[in-house]
Order: sequence, then C-alpha cells, then structure tokens
Amino acid sequence: MTDTTVDGAQGAKPGFLTTAALQKAVAFVVLVALLGFFSLFAPNFATGSNMVGIMQATAVNGVLGVAVTFVIISGGIDLSVGTMMTLTAVVAGIVLTNLGMPLPLGILAAIAAGAFMGAVSGFTIAELKIPPFIATLGMMQIARGLALVFSEAKPIYFNDTPSYQLLSPVSSISAIFPSIEIPNGVMIMFVVAILSSIVLTRTIVGRMIFALGSNEEAARLSGIKVNRWKILTYAICGGISGIAGLIVSSRLNSAQPALGLGYELDAIAAVVIGGTSLSGGRGTVTGTIIGAFIMSVLTNGLRVMGVQEEWKIVVTGVIIIVAVFIDIFLRKKS
Amino acid sequence: MSVQTRILPTRFGGASKGTAKRVDAGKGGKTVAQAAKAAGQSVVELRGIEKSFPGVRALQDVGFDLRAGEVHALMGENGAGKSTLMKIMTGVYQPDAGEILVDGKAVTLRDPQAAQALGISIIHQELFLMNHLSAAQNIFIGREPRRGFGIFVDEAKLKRDAAAIFRRMKVDIDPAAEVGAMTVARQQLVEIAKALSYDARVLVMDEPTSALNETEVEHLFAVIEDLKAHGVGIVYITHKMDEVKRIADRVTVMRDGQYIDTLPAASTPMSTIIQLMVGRELADQHRATGHGTTEEVLRVTGLNRGKAIRNVSLSLHRGEILGIAGLMGAGRTEVARAIFGADPIDSGEIHIHGKACRIGSPADAVARGIAYLSEDRKHFGLVTGMSVRDNVTMASWGRFMQGGFMQDAALGKVAEEYVRKLKVKTPHIHQETRLLSGGNQQKVVISKWLLRDCDILIFDEPTRGIDVGAKAEIYRLLEELAAQGKAVIVISSELPEVLRLSHRIAVMCEGRITGELDGRTATQEDIMTLATQRANAA
Repeated sequence: MTDTTVDGAQGAKPGFLTTAALQKAVAFVVLVALLGFFSLFAPNFATGSNMVGIMQATAVNGVLGVAVTFVIISGGIDLSVGTMMTLTAVVAGIVLTNLGMPLPLGILAAIAAGAFMGAVSGFTIAELKIPPFIATLGMMQIARGLALVFSEAKPIYFNDTPSYQLLSPVSSISAIFPSIEIPNGVMIMFVVAILSSIVLTRTIVGRMIFALGSNEEAARLSGIKVNRWKILTYAICGGISGIAGLIVSSRLNSAQPALGLGYELDAIAAVVIGGTSLSGGRGTVTGTIIGAFIMSVLTNGLRVMGVQEEWKIVVTGVIIIVAVFIDIFLRKKS
Repeated sequence: MSVQTRILPTRFGGASKGTAKRVDAGKGGKTVAQAAKAAGQSVVELRGIEKSFPGVRALQDVGFDLRAGEVHALMGENGAGKSTLMKIMTGVYQPDAGEILVDGKAVTLRDPQAAQALGISIIHQELFLMNHLSAAQNIFIGREPRRGFGIFVDEAKLKRDAAAIFRRMKVDIDPAAEVGAMTVARQQLVEIAKALSYDARVLVMDEPTSALNETEVEHLFAVIEDLKAHGVGIVYITHKMDEVKRIADRVTVMRDGQYIDTLPAASTPMSTIIQLMVGRELADQHRATGHGTTEEVLRVTGLNRGKAIRNVSLSLHRGEILGIAGLMGAGRTEVARAIFGADPIDSGEIHIHGKACRIGSPADAVARGIAYLSEDRKHFGLVTGMSVRDNVTMASWGRFMQGGFMQDAALGKVAEEYVRKLKVKTPHIHQETRLLSGGNQQKVVISKWLLRDCDILIFDEPTRGIDVGAKAEIYRLLEELAAQGKAVIVISSELPEVLRLSHRIAVMCEGRITGELDGRTATQEDIMTLATQRANAA
C-alpha cells in the first residue's frame, strides 16, 4: 500500500501512540516508579522471595482482571467474577474430593461451570435486556449462594488430590531453571493473559467484542448477531473466572465458600488502572496485568514499609480515580 | 501492486463474478445496450406499502421505484414518511401491507441483512460506525477475511480490500486510520465504502450533506456521480432544493404518509416541488428589510481562542438580526460558545449594554441575558424525556418556587401562554418533548429562554433538520423577536437562510471575521467570496 497516503490532518496519526497505548505506558511507568521507590525505601522489598510473593499475590487478581477486561471492552461490566471464582472452586472441590474424579475433570468442571454461569449472565443481559450492572449483581449473589449451598458452607480440602498443588504454589519452571522460582499460578496468569490478548486483538471474537463496545447499534446494523457475541463474551469472562478459582483454591489447598466477595472490585480496579475505558471499545490485557501488579506492589510495599495494612485500600481508591482522570485528560488532549 | 486485478467483494469496486463487463463499461464508455439497461430498469419497486405504528398511520398506499444508475430524490416535510418508507425498503421495518420487488421479483426483507444481501444499503443520517475501529475494520465488520482455521482476522487482506474500494471511489483515506478521529465527511465516505463492499446496487442516503462544508459536498457529489455511472441507484433524502437540482434525476414527493407525485428533477420548478411538499404555496423567499436600532447591546473586541478564534470583534444592536456566515469549521460556533461562556477564551473583552463583563460560564451568560440555542437540540437544548411545560420553565424554576415547593399551576399557566404565543404544536403541555417535531422542539427551546428574560439570543443552525413549512415559521418567529427588541445572532450554513434573515452579515473564515455585509444588499457570491478568502490566500 505504498501509494495509499496517510489520512492527513484529520486522521489518527500512525506512528504516534494511541490514547490506550499511551495510558498503558503511563501505567507501566507508574509500576516501575513504585518498584524503584519501594526498593529504595523499603528494606527487604527487593528480594527474590518478596518478588515471588508479589507475583503470587497478583495471580488471582490478574486472571480475574483479564476476565473482566473482555466484558468491559464489550461495553458491559461483570460484578460476579469474585463469587464466580469461589463457586468454580467449590465445583472443583466437589468433583475432585467428593466424587473422587481425576484432576483434569476437576479443572474442566470448574472452567465449564464458570463459562456456563457467565453465559447465563450474558443471556439475561442480551436477551432479557437487563442492564449488565443489575444482571451481574444478581449473578454475584446467585454464585455466592450456590457456593455456600453446594459446599454446605464448609471448606472443601484437596488432600486426596496432591497434584492439585500443581495449579498454583508449585513452581514447575524451577525444575528446569532452578534460579527462577515462579509459581505455576503466576505462569498460568501469564499464559491466560497472552492467549486473551491474542484473542482480543487478532481473532474474530476480539473484533466483535471491540465492535460491541464501540457502537453496538452499528454492529447490529452491520448484520452482526450481537446477542450471540455478547453471551459469548460473558461466558469467556466466566470461564476465565473459573481459572482464577482453580488458582486460588490450589494455593489455599481448599475451596473456601465464604471467599470471593470484593474480588470483583479489585479486578475492575486493575482493568481501569490499566487504561481500559469503562465506556467500552478500548482497552488492553497488558494494561490490566500492569494494573494488577501496581495494586499488589502497593500492598506489598506498604506492608514491608510497616504502613498500616488498611492504608493500601485508601491508596488503591486514590489510584483508581487518578487513573480515570489521566484517561479523561489524555482523551481531551487528543 | 495487485489491487487493480484482485477480486473484490464489490461490484462497484472491481471485477467480481459476472460483473466484469459492467465495470469495464464504467471505466471506458458503455455500450448503448448496457447504458439503456443500466439506466432504464427498476431495481427496486415498492407497491401499496402500508405501515402503522401505535396511534399513527405512517404510510398509506405508498409506491416508489428506483432505476439503476439514477439519483432519485425523496422529499417531504418531516413526518411525511420518507424515513419510514426507506426503513421498509432496507429491511429495518416490515410493511403491514404491500409488495417489495427487487429486479421484478417480490421479496421479503426480514432484516437489514436480507436487504444488504440483495444489494440494498442505507447510510443513516447519524452515522453508525464504530469509532474505536479503523476504516477497514468498520467496512468489513462481521465479514472479516480470515485465516488460520477461520479464527484469526486477515488484517493485511482487510486493509488491501478497503484500500481498493477507496481507490475506486477516488478518495484518499487510510484504511488503518481510526474512524473516530476522522471528520464527519470522511466517516460518511467510510459508510459509503461499506455499502459498496456489500455489492450495493441501491444506496439510500439520508440527508448526507447536513454536516458537510461546501468542498466536502462537492466531493460527495463527485462520488455519487461516479456511483451513478456504475449503475448504482441512489435514493437521496434531502431538504435542500439546490442539491436536488444539482444531482437528482427524478424527485418523489411525499406528504402526510402518502405518495404525492414523481417528477423529473431538471424540468420541475422548485416552487412546484415545495408546493407539493407543503400542500400550499409559500410566499416567495424574501429578504430582510428592516435594520436594528443604534442601541448596542453586545460588543465583543479582540476575542481569541487558540486557532479557532482569532481577533474577532463584533457588535450587536437591539432589534437586530446579525447573521454569521462561513464554511463549516470557520469558527462560527466557537465564537458563539465563547460569548456564551461555554469555552474559555485566551483574550478579548465582552461588553453587554456598555458594561465590560467577564463571562466565565454559561450560567454567567444566562444571568446577563444571553441565550445560546445549539444546533444539537437533543443534546444541549431539550430534556427530551420531560414535558413541554417542564422544558419551557426549567431555566426559570427558581421563580416558581414557594416554600420549597414547585407551583405547578403557575408553571402550567406560563407554559400554556408560550405554547399559544409561539404556536407550538403539541396536544397538551404535558407531552414529552421527544414526541414533538424538530420545529416545535425548537420553539420550546426558544420559549425557555424568552421566559428567562434573555434579550440576546444566539441561534446556531436554527432550522437544521426542520422541514420547509416549519422553517418559514421559525423565520417569522425570529423576525418577531427582533421586532420586539431582542438582539439576535443567527449562525447558519445555508446562505439563503442567512440572506433571508440577517440585517447585517459577518462572514468568518479560519477563525477570523473576513468582512461584514449589509443583509439587504448582499448576495450569495459576496458571502462565498469572503468565506473562502483566507482559504484561497493560503
């Protein structure tokens, strides 16, 4: 296309960073700055074991963040990812511990349960026209309730399935490279993020999700079966929440049915900090992962510095507002 | 570059199956037989179309036909049924009765996709594009070329195909550019390219020039001519008479949901068309006769804001209508917004009734009696979900409070009064304003500011999207306002409108005022000369 001239004055200028990319860059700089700050001022922060701890702490929020990134780019929201994670962990517990099935079936059951429940959310949103906020608020409670019902409100332990440890705390990679002790849960997060990023940017599914979030009516008038893609988006979100459920329960070696509430807000915060627009049509998985790291570095760093734990929550709140302000500021400028 | 020889998904765009001859004919000269076939035959025909919505009979036994290679203008006042008819032709609505024939065969268009499959596309007035996606991605949304087991989008092919269509349209758009960052004119071209990618033989354009400047309109017309030459039939919905004369072959007029007549565009006088549209004769377009008083109510000196407003000075008198003319993007709206305090200014002074004042926000402006009536009534002028009464009174609610309670009876009384005075057509004052026509919505907004005692009224495109009959009424209303001693500024892209209304005309170009004309003697040519002065020089 050498002879196709660039859309001059009015068009987006290729070669310049887009707003989303710019914001991602800002988030990355913030992350590096935080790492630098804590390395300088917090003793014992920049140690190998602490870094592993940070990564470990990021895994669950990172995966949930990726899950909710799909939905937010499509112009929706999912408040149920936290309790969905718990429900899928309970399902894994039932399949593995109560029914004594092999590990792969447990993994499959957890992801399938999440995807199914996500599809149900998607159905109520797409077909019954219930606003996503309300529909997933309902699903949040349904998932929480079901997790308690199925588990009879008691933790389910995975003592009979020692290989369950493989999903999070074990570091398989250190068997090959002994110096790299990255736990499997973190590796799973990175794999999920990379695959999700490819799906969102390169595949037809991703294109549809961006189209939905950018202008749903335009997508509909273009002959796209909007409802079907919307249901799929929520199903993907639910399925990935299932992966988070596996990671968290593997790390705790148990499915804790009371867990999960509040995780959705951290996940949404990671997405927003990463530069994904809550109004849809714009966003990246990389941004979300960076956002999740910013949150756990803050938590960890403040703790290492001896700051009262609860301040972290306050700081996170401030960061969310600042992140959205930067988003608005950058868009105004462009 | 392989674009010229590649197989494209568009008849217009290249040599797709079975259409090679047609394209060649378009590039070279057509054979007589092909030309006759292309120009004569009805591609789409509508017969006896009926459509009712709850409480409204929108279409009554309407017929319409479109030939290949013609531009068929569809005219009528707002509410005449043009849009409904076109929505039926493009599969958005289903008719209650009647037939749709494509190439002489009766068809059912279950949804827009069914219509698109038959080559019938519509370009809506509000463009339906996905702003965050690129031009190419928008064009092929839902039909992306794929690779890798049909999962991955073949971005390279996507861009190539889009580039080929743009090339055929002779437009210069980068397929990879994000649509949201383009001008409306370019977005429209992307929509046209999208329609063409569906192998469009029928293209419905709903007021395509309403947001374009003169150059962009010329460009669009060139694209339309080109489409015609390739045998595409175009339905052109518009309110602008001169455009019909320029590009249409035939005109069909609708009124009150009924088919009135189809006439040749070239030989039918404008007055006949207008007469058919409104069902009554309108007085000849006359010119502003009076002039304002010598009492200066508003003086703006040395106004600057970035590149949008450069050293603008204006004065406005009691009883005067000042027209601000200029091409789209000349800075007319920006000046109005600056005076109204909606945008911050870099420098400049504003005097109201001889007193210097700082207007930092629209609230300041309103407190000093300035009202700005935006062209986009639905976004900035009206709360469409609220009643006529509440809209008329909302800027003055403070006056109707007693002990913290709204005095509903008083509100109703004053709303009734304005509805009567301005002849707002509404069944009652409790009607939601979204259900009113454009002209009546405009009157509601005017009422609101009159009730607020505003005596400087700035109208930005006061008749955009308003039909011919209601336009005349709005004009009369503006003249009355001036006669009553209000000071009025009218910003308009339609030169006849500026000339019709203005006592004095300020012409802008690239943020500057390039000249001032006497409204009684100025001509369209005078205005255009000033409006393009700077552009020509540069």
